[in-house]
Amino acid sequence: MLQIRDLRVQFETRNGPVDAVRGINLDLARGETLGIVGESGSGKSVTAFSVLRILDEGGKIIAGDLTYGGINLTAADENALNDIRGREISMVFQNPRAALNPIRKIGQQIEDVLRQHSLATRQDARRKAITALEEVQIKDAAARYHAYPFELSGGMCQRIVIALALACQPQLLIADEPTTGLDVTTQKTVMDLIQNLAKDRGMSVLLITHDLGLAGQYCNRLLVMKDGEVVESGPPAKLTKEATHAYTKKLVAATPHKGKALHNLILGGAAVPVPDQGEVLLSVRNVTKTYAGKSGPVEALRGISFNVRKGGCLGLVGESGSGKSTLSSIIARLQDATTGEIEFEGRNLNDTPAARFASDPRRSEIQMVFQDATESLNPRHTAAQSIMEPMRHLTKTIPRDRSARVHELAAQVGLPAALLSRLPHQLSGGQKARVGIARALAVNPKLLILDEPTAALDVSIQALVLNLLADLRHRLNLTYVFVSHDLAVVQMLCDTALVMRSGECVEYGPTDAVLSSPKSPYTQELIAAIPQPRP
Amino acid sequence: MSTSPSQSFAAHVGYVLRQNPVTLITFSLLAGLIFCAVLGPLLAPYDPLASSDTILQPPSGAHWFGTDHLGRDVFSRVIVATRLDMTISIGAVALSFVAGSILGCVAGYWGGWFDAIISRGLDMIMAFPLFVLAMGIVAALGNTVENVIYATAVINTPFYARVVRAEVNIRRDAGFVQAAKLAGNSDLRVVAMHIFPNALPPMMVQVSLNMGWAVLNAAGLSFIGLGVRPPTPEWGIMVAEGANYIISGEWWLALFPGLSLMLAVFTFNLLGDGLRDIVDPKQRR
Repeated sequence: MLQIRDLRVQFETRNGPVDAVRGINLDLARGETLGIVGESGSGKSVTAFSVLRILDEGGKIIAGDLTYGGINLTAADENALNDIRGREISMVFQNPRAALNPIRKIGQQIEDVLRQHSLATRQDARRKAITALEEVQIKDAAARYHAYPFELSGGMCQRIVIALALACQPQLLIADEPTTGLDVTTQKTVMDLIQNLAKDRGMSVLLITHDLGLAGQYCNRLLVMKDGEVVESGPPAKLTKEATHAYTKKLVAATPHKGKALHNLILGGAAVPVPDQGEVLLSVRNVTKTYAGKSGPVEALRGISFNVRKGGCLGLVGESGSGKSTLSSIIARLQDATTGEIEFEGRNLNDTPAARFASDPRRSEIQMVFQDATESLNPRHTAAQSIMEPMRHLTKTIPRDRSARVHELAAQVGLPAALLSRLPHQLSGGQKARVGIARALAVNPKLLILDEPTAALDVSIQALVLNLLADLRHRLNLTYVFVSHDLAVVQMLCDTALVMRSGECVEYGPTDAVLSSPKSPYTQELIAAIPQPRP
Repeated sequence: MSTSPSQSFAAHVGYVLRQNPVTLITFSLLAGLIFCAVLGPLLAPYDPLASSDTILQPPSGAHWFGTDHLGRDVFSRVIVATRLDMTISIGAVALSFVAGSILGCVAGYWGGWFDAIISRGLDMIMAFPLFVLAMGIVAALGNTVENVIYATAVINTPFYARVVRAEVNIRRDAGFVQAAKLAGNSDLRVVAMHIFPNALPPMMVQVSLNMGWAVLNAAGLSFIGLGVRPPTPEWGIMVAEGANYIISGEWWLALFPGLSLMLAVFTFNLLGDGLRDIVDPKQRR
């Protein structure tokens, strides 16, 4: 149905033209689900945008044929394309909130699409919009018709976007990272929904994702892309078991799933020894946190207790809104708990309020690596300045020693010294993550809080960073509190796991026990949501 | 990328200028203005205050911009006036930049009562017709150049404070701010060294717009007889004096100082984009 022949796309940039897509071929049959898997910069989204001819300014299709049902898309004019967009080929975007108009009711937005393509009249638009909402399993659709996007959760918003995309009964749905940024359980429901709708309507789906595990579970056929080229294609089972191309092998290895060991994420990786555990380093007892909300107090944490031994690694697992980030920033002493005790090396940390903890001697002993490496680096500071920052205030060193230490740290985290003079936007995601880790290690902390340090990274980079973290833990005898939404990752790195939901601890115990015999239904649900390739 | 920071900054400025011809023209005009302001009296062919018998002469080879009703050379007066007008506008903008930044940082970072008091105070200033407020301040404090600067600074401060407040507020909980706290920075250092510099790009646009307003404001005050007094050469006064002679056909008295005023405002207003691109690290490659 969709045929792409030798597609080449070029972007004009400050440093001359860049080839984003270099001659890819693709065939998509009716009713088939095809996955394009690749990491950031592989050209997978550009390929999808080319199909609908919605490339950014500066992007140009320089060669190749795009044919959809006999229509040549490369030659089609804007009017013809507008008939095809939405009606024949539709798209679901990565960030559902950004794809919805924030000041229009969701029902009206669906009506707009229907009437744009003359599929509804003023009289029946509303009824059809409500039907479209029901099809994406929105409960109480007639009432939700009047909701604004901000009133809905991320998963709900993505369902609305899917309803919008499917309102005109398209034959082909392009889903560009439809579940990135959604919780794992939500990811599963959204993907199941797309799969079922596609089956019911005989619709083809082009699923673009960085997640090989997810693509493997939902696609009939996969295409692996790297640097604008297709390196390998085939059914998922074949790709995961007998990949031939080196990049595919690397990608398959880097994809975490249940029961995989950390060093198996990188090809030829050696097992990293785990440090011996000593006495209790951090003890959290009955910590609660209550915020003053508009409609009464909001309980972010409702009594969390745990211990972490020296050299240990605790995994804090939970979905968005579970309170795991609040808890980690309380342990990092960036904010105060409402009640409860936090003991560090047997001494109460609450003695010094968070606002004055910057000058506490224990400041250098508790450091943190942040979730979003980009956002956590000052855009005006070079990598070296960022790494040096904690030393300037927390240690009494002279500038020359600090500079030497920066180079030592860079070597430790595997950051080439030549990159130290770069500003954050000149670094890749993995390099920024390394700068963040080097900065946290700069003052020799005893406890490191890792707040989803790999959430924004490509899987192959995640594999390297996770192994780096395990290696550093062993070499520097560090203690970790590792925050994550991904049980598969926690299972590889952590010896103890604590599953959180709505500010409460639902399960706490050795990681193996939590994963193999979960007691609470919520943990079971989380484990079930980890993508498993179809056998 | 292995070049030293100063070298790469110079290269970046060069890139911004090459990339945008308007910015290049604007910076040349600015250089011209600064040149006149610094060297003013040395460049003027005649003493700007010396009167002569050749009154109300139209522009000629001897007097490029003609002479005024006291026989003074208009060209010399326009050139010499650059320094005074630039001093007033730069002084006023510098004062309001500093005051606005401090108020905006406090309001944006600490919020709560600080924010309520500062923001409502600034709203009160903005509620007045600004030029009338400036007139009132100069009239109350006394008719001097310093007071014109203070008055212009007061009416411009709210604009800076609002920009800074918004920029600081959105970054208050950013990851790099939390990282700075973990690195042992006190709140004051976090605001001053980590958050505020990131508000500079939009501030530069504000600065350039404000410079234009400040020049117009100073000229406007002296036009109605406040601030600078005759016979001091100043564009606003010269336009005011020249205005009386336009009806009788001596157009050059008002036209040339008016044109310089326009050129200065034009330069400052176009400066914004270029300045922003220069201070924004994201524009660097």
